[in-house]
Formats: sequence, C-alpha cells, structure tokens
Amino acid sequence: MARLRGLGGAAFSLAVTLLGLLFVTFIISRVVPIDPVIAIVGERASEAQIEAARVALGLDKPLWQQFFIFVGNALQGDLGTSIRTGEPVIQAVARAFPATLELATLATILGVIAGVPAGVLAATRPGSLADHFVRLVGLMGYSMPVFWLGLIGLLLFYGVLGWVGGPGRLDAAFDMFYEFEVTPYTGMILIDTALAGRWDMFVNAISHIILPAGLLGYVSMAYISRMTRSFMMNELGQEYITTARVKGMPEWRVIWVHAMRNVMVPLITVIALSYAYLLEGSVLTETIFAWPGLGSYITDALLVNDMPAVLGGTVVVGVAFVVLNLVSDLLYRLVDPRAR
Amino acid sequence: MTTLTQWLRDPNPTSRRQAKLGQLWLGWLRLKRNPLAMAGLVIIGLLLVIAAFAPVLATHDPIAQNLQNRLQPPLTPGHWLGTDDFGRDIWSRIVYGSRITLYIIALVAVTAPLIGLMVGTVAGYFGGWVDAVLMRLTDIFLAFPRLILALALVAVLGPGIENAVLAIALTAWPPYARVARAETLTVRNSDYIAAVRLQGAGAGRIIWGHIVPMCLPSVIIRVTLDMAGVILIAAGLGFLGLGAQPPLSEWGLMISAGRKYLFEQWWVATMPGLAIFIVSLGFNLLGDGLRDVLDPRSAAK
Repeated sequence: MARLRGLGGAAFSLAVTLLGLLFVTFIISRVVPIDPVIAIVGERASEAQIEAARVALGLDKPLWQQFFIFVGNALQGDLGTSIRTGEPVIQAVARAFPATLELATLATILGVIAGVPAGVLAATRPGSLADHFVRLVGLMGYSMPVFWLGLIGLLLFYGVLGWVGGPGRLDAAFDMFYEFEVTPYTGMILIDTALAGRWDMFVNAISHIILPAGLLGYVSMAYISRMTRSFMMNELGQEYITTARVKGMPEWRVIWVHAMRNVMVPLITVIALSYAYLLEGSVLTETIFAWPGLGSYITDALLVNDMPAVLGGTVVVGVAFVVLNLVSDLLYRLVDPRAR
Repeated sequence: MTTLTQWLRDPNPTSRRQAKLGQLWLGWLRLKRNPLAMAGLVIIGLLLVIAAFAPVLATHDPIAQNLQNRLQPPLTPGHWLGTDDFGRDIWSRIVYGSRITLYIIALVAVTAPLIGLMVGTVAGYFGGWVDAVLMRLTDIFLAFPRLILALALVAVLGPGIENAVLAIALTAWPPYARVARAETLTVRNSDYIAAVRLQGAGAGRIIWGHIVPMCLPSVIIRVTLDMAGVILIAAGLGFLGLGAQPPLSEWGLMISAGRKYLFEQWWVATMPGLAIFIVSLGFNLLGDGLRDVLDPRSAAK
C-alpha cells in the first residue's frame, strides 16, 4: 500500500515536472526575437497575409490559451514544424533518437565495465598508488571538454593510428547501400545490421561507434568509479563485513558478493544519472563525429535559427532525463527492501 | 612568524575572531598535506597571474592578423605554440583568453549563487506553499539537462558572452537553492532568529542579515566545486559559436576554429583545449581537496 502511494506520488511529481518543462520551453519560444510569422511568410508579405498567418498559428489568442494549445499538441506528439525542412519535429526527432540512445547505451556499458572495478580497487586499497591513480584519472575525466576529447581522439586514433573508422556511422562505401539493404527495425545500427545478417556492415559500424562511445564511456567511468569508491568504503566499514572476514570468508567473496549487494542500491541511481548526462553530453560529441542523433539535430537547427526544432529536441531530451530519473527511482525501490 | 602561528594555534582563543582564524589555519594545514589540492591551487594562482599580466606575457597582439605567417607549427621562432589560420600567435591568444574565462567564471560565480540564495532562503524561511512552489520550480530546472537548456536560452537571447553567462547562471542556480534551503531550515527556529523577530525585524531583514550569512560557507564551497563545470559549459557554448564572438580569443571558440585543420595542423585545436583542461582540472583538484578538508567524516580519520 505504501509502495502504491509512493508510486502515485512519483507519477504526480512526474506530471508536474513535465508540465513545468513544457512551460519553460513555451516561455522561451514566445520571447524569441525572430518573429515566427515573418519566418514563414517571408519579409515581403502583405499585411493581410501576415494577419492570416498569425491566425493560422494561433498567435492572435491570449497567451494562456496558446499555452494550453501548446501542451495539448505536445501531449499528442505534435512539437511543431521545423522551419528549415518543413517536416514535423517529432518525426525528425524520432528518427534521430535511436542513434543517440545507441551511443549513450554503449558508453554507459563501457563506463560501468571500467568504472565499477576501478572504484572497488580504489576502495579496497585506500591511500595506495592505485587509489591515487583512479582518483586522478577520474578527475581528468571530469575536467576534459568532451568536444575537445572527441577531436583529439579522432586525430589520434583515426588520423594518426588509423585504428577506427572516421566520423559517421559507416564507411561511405557501406553507407550508400545501407538504406536499401538493411531494414531499420530499431534505428540502432548495430542491432539492425545484426538482424539483417550483414556482419560486414556490423563490424564496420563497430569500428565507427567505438571511439565516440569509448570517449563518452570514459567520462561516465570517471563519475561511476568515484561513486563506487565512496559507496564501497562506506560498506567496508560496516560490522557485517568484519563478521564475514572473521568467519574466514575469502576476501573476493566479502567484497563482490556481500558488500557489492549493498553497493548496488545507490549505484543504480548513479548509473541512471550518468546515463542521463550522457544523453546530454552526446550533443557536443555528436557534432564532432557527424553522428546523426538528437545532438546533431539540435545543433544543426541552432545554426539556422530553426527554433521549433531546437525546442522540440530540448523537450525530448528533457523528457528522457525525467523518465530516467523516475526509472532509477523505481529500480531503487525494487532493489532495496527497506524502500518497499 | 612564530608568534603568529602560536596565536593561531592557541587552544584557548580569547576572541571569536581568533577562534575562527585558528580553525581556518587548521583547515589550511590539512589542505596543504594534500598534494593534488595544492597542485590545483597553484594552477588557479597561475591563471590569475596570467590574466593579470596578459599584456606582459603575450608576445603578440592576440587579434592582429598576419596572413603570411598562417598555420606555423609550434616551436617556430617567435611563436612557440604556433599560429592559427589568420597567422595570429596562439600563445598570445590563450593568454588573453584567460581573461575571458575568468570574466565568465566571476560573473557566474556571483549571479548563480545569488539567485539560488534568494530562492532557497525565502522558500526555507516562509515554508508552506511558498516553499512548495519554489522548490517545485527548482526541481523543474534541475530536471532540464543543463547544457541543452543553456543552448536553448542562448539561441533565444542571441549569441554573446553576456548572454552565455546569463544562460549558464539560469541553469546553475538550482543546486544553490537546495543548499540554501537546507541551511535555512536548520537555523530558522533558532533562538537568535526569534530574538531578532521579537525586536521587530521584518522578514527581509532577517533573511538578508541573519540567514544568508549562515548559508554562505556551504554555498561558497559549492561554487568552487561548480566552477570546473561552468568552464566546460562556457567552452561548449563558445565551441558551438553561441558564446564569445570572433575575433575574441575565447578558448572554446579557438578550438572550433582549429577544427577545420585538425588532421594537418593539429596544434590549432589542441592548444586551447589543453588550456581549458588544465584550468578545469585545477578547479576540480582544489574542490576535491576542499571537500575532504571540510567533510567532518573524513576529518575524523
């Protein structure tokens, strides 16, 4: 019962937050110095044409009515029409989102694989050389501008060493046929090429995604290793750990089974948070790697002042952010018996 | 010197000021034992010196073009970090760019905590529906990804340093509001607040004169921890062409200019990126050390 009430509260706060998100975006869109009417009908339109366009856009109504219409449209998935392409924003965003999701997911997986053991290593030997090393590597990850890291990575691993594919999701030779030979079930290139049985393309796609995902994964690792260290230190000071050790339990079991089970609980929140930050961090990374995701969509739209596209993309990232927070909250309840 | 340290270390301070300074002295001693934090402090000190003496340290005019001399590699005589696509000396541009970085940091460090303090103390002091509304607002802003919100705001306000600062401040205040509210809640029901109120002080006077000073220490620590993030976001905005405008030598902008020449003339994009990295690492190292010193749990060890 308490659990249900908790869920109701979470759903309510989710609704309020989403409404707030739309409100902030609405306010931003209404103070734009670029007149949306002029942008559509052009500078030379007559008074009557401008007036007609204003009515068609609903701009003649009072602001609060405009807001309700805006929210109603957004709830039905209508985020406006891109000025640049004339395409509904939601369509373009839906096409771009899987690419971003794929990148962020792979980066998070890499971040967890590297970050959790590093954090545990640091926590079990506090003050050691390994601890300082993990700390320094983590702080460096916090301090790097991701776009610069991307450029340097591209220069080093693609330009100088030639170990990975360059910008884009595939080599140009594969890119030409991709549309015709692979059915985009999910929009994620690794899954789609695997489903189509095109393993040559799959391998090529990996060589392209590994660098951006690895760099974003490094940023995520910095955060995860640090939090893992502090959670693990906290657990290792508990009495049940001493008991387990006194019983003669092997150290790996004490750490990876007994302590880890309790570290998992707060760690899930951390991983979800870092996942959410990667969705955002990918904005700058995508522009470097010509990755056709949400970040590229938003920044391309920015360059030509295509505000409906920018704000639509912002809303979608914001919603993904909020939903991830909610999911981490729910997982937390699931894993921690005390929170039930 | 010895008498000063003795005075600072006196276990029986005779005045409040002596006790306070003694505490600060102990904290400083603890910070000094942390080599990483000291490295951070040195980096920030260097940044301040470089910004202050930019005209002396720069070897060339940062915006004077010299097209015959464009894209010279590092260690060219006269241009030890090389030149960019307009033949401008990269070292001089980085040196002058430190002023822009400091300018942005300083403005954000003043405005964002101020907004956060106002929202947080008012919410904590009045409680009830004021608290509910303001904290809900804070949550909404926290729910927005920072960089994306800043992007959207600058896109609306128009590019430029001041607008970038405004956008960063508008996205950076919610954590300060949280901190300030928490501090306010702990002191709100203290006797001294009740005493001031009985003397007839209004809400504004109580908040500004008696609650805000109590929140300041935790807010200031938070500022140090936040600065590295601010530098990165500012550089990101500059990189996208939304922050400082050419020919200003903002570091993010310099990277984006060097992007075209990445594979042939790598230094144009690499050098300003190194500058951003070093400065933001400096703030992170110092913030990390400060947190260790000020966290009572780690101090007990």
